[in-house]
Amino acid sequence: MSVHERSISLMVNGAQRTVVVDPPMTLLEMVRTKIGLTGSKECCSVGECGACTMIVDGEPVNTCLVLAVEADGAEITTIEGLGAAGMTPLQKSFLTEGAVQCGFCIPGMVVAATALLERIPEPNESEVREGLSGNLCRCGGYSRIAAAVMEASVAGGPDV
Amino acid sequence: MINPGVTSFDYHRPDSLVEASRLLARDGAVALAGGTDLLVAIRHHEARPAVVVDLKSVAEISSEIALEADLLRIGGRVVMSQLVRDEQTNRHFPALVEAASVVGSIQIRNRATLAGNLCNASPAADTAPALLAYSAAVTIAGAEGSRTIPLQDFFLGPGSTVLARGEILLSVELPIPTTPIGSGFARVTRIRGVDLASVSLACVVERSGKARFGLGAVGPTPLLAESSLEDLATDDGFSRLLAVTSPISDVRAGADYRRAMLHVHSRRALQAAVEDLGAVT
Repeated sequence: MSVHERSISLMVNGAQRTVVVDPPMTLLEMVRTKIGLTGSKECCSVGECGACTMIVDGEPVNTCLVLAVEADGAEITTIEGLGAAGMTPLQKSFLTEGAVQCGFCIPGMVVAATALLERIPEPNESEVREGLSGNLCRCGGYSRIAAAVMEASVAGGPDV
Repeated sequence: MINPGVTSFDYHRPDSLVEASRLLARDGAVALAGGTDLLVAIRHHEARPAVVVDLKSVAEISSEIALEADLLRIGGRVVMSQLVRDEQTNRHFPALVEAASVVGSIQIRNRATLAGNLCNASPAADTAPALLAYSAAVTIAGAEGSRTIPLQDFFLGPGSTVLARGEILLSVELPIPTTPIGSGFARVTRIRGVDLASVSLACVVERSGKARFGLGAVGPTPLLAESSLEDLATDDGFSRLLAVTSPISDVRAGADYRRAMLHVHSRRALQAAVEDLGAVT
């Protein structure tokens, strides 16, 4: 490894973690390989698809565009941190609405939709579509995904 | 790694301007704010930094939008989502809010800074046309002290600005209009949703009849063009207004199409600005 390596500490899903990283390592790669939480996906790697979405210090961001070293001291929630005590209403509505096809985009979708419902507890459909416009679904299952988010919002928002 | 082929770099997160400026003066140093452009450039080997200087802890670079006596000061660490939500920005500079709200996706807007959008100096920078139309200035700081210049003097070419080695964009200042103004914003993209602009523009009209246009993606830098309602009553007036542009053909649009869209959308933006002015007076 390189001479530039450094040790960082951050909160991941409520647990304090200390890891050693090389500066070019992204937050996404660090969480997947150093911490072993592989729910967040790497897909486009340039901030266009949203598969790597995590909540960083309260806001959803593309973690393929964040260096792990930048996240020193940050508080992070991944898909594994949602519904740790059983599925959230949002996750349940993804199942009941049949919103999952191949599933690759779903962790990012669920994290982004959770953040959306925190910001707008009762969104209309266009707010849902706008709120998820940074998350691409290769299967094209947008209608059911939007329906699932609407369903969860009626049920009272995400339980996180 | 960000990309298996990327060589490692030194990372610093200074907490003072002096230290940040000193680090940025090193060979191969680049500034990191939101990272939404820089990390893509590193991954594609378009940037090969030896030193990355993260500006997010520099005390002198504000993360706030502050209303001062006669201007709105947008700190160098302010991200697009903040602009979209900010009450003062919405009240005085709605075309800037509109521009900021179409930058990337929510995930991008939560990281991307206004200052970074300008320093990256893309001809298509989404926020530049609105800032130019609103007569924005930028404050630049370095080892030699600080200076404030009009935004139109900041850009030199694609990816190039007047920032000297070790200099940092501290804040963006927008003068609060002293007389009523109206504004309009227009943006052409290939698809509805997340896309870079093929043409983007903003227009501000004053009650005196003065009209200022910011024009994006139709020249080597974002451009400022000034005219008047009287002159813009004729086709020739629009041709004179748009003479400053020099659109090129690229993957997003052909030069002819850009020219045609410029004419159509500059008229629409002017119309929107005039209606907006009518609504506020």
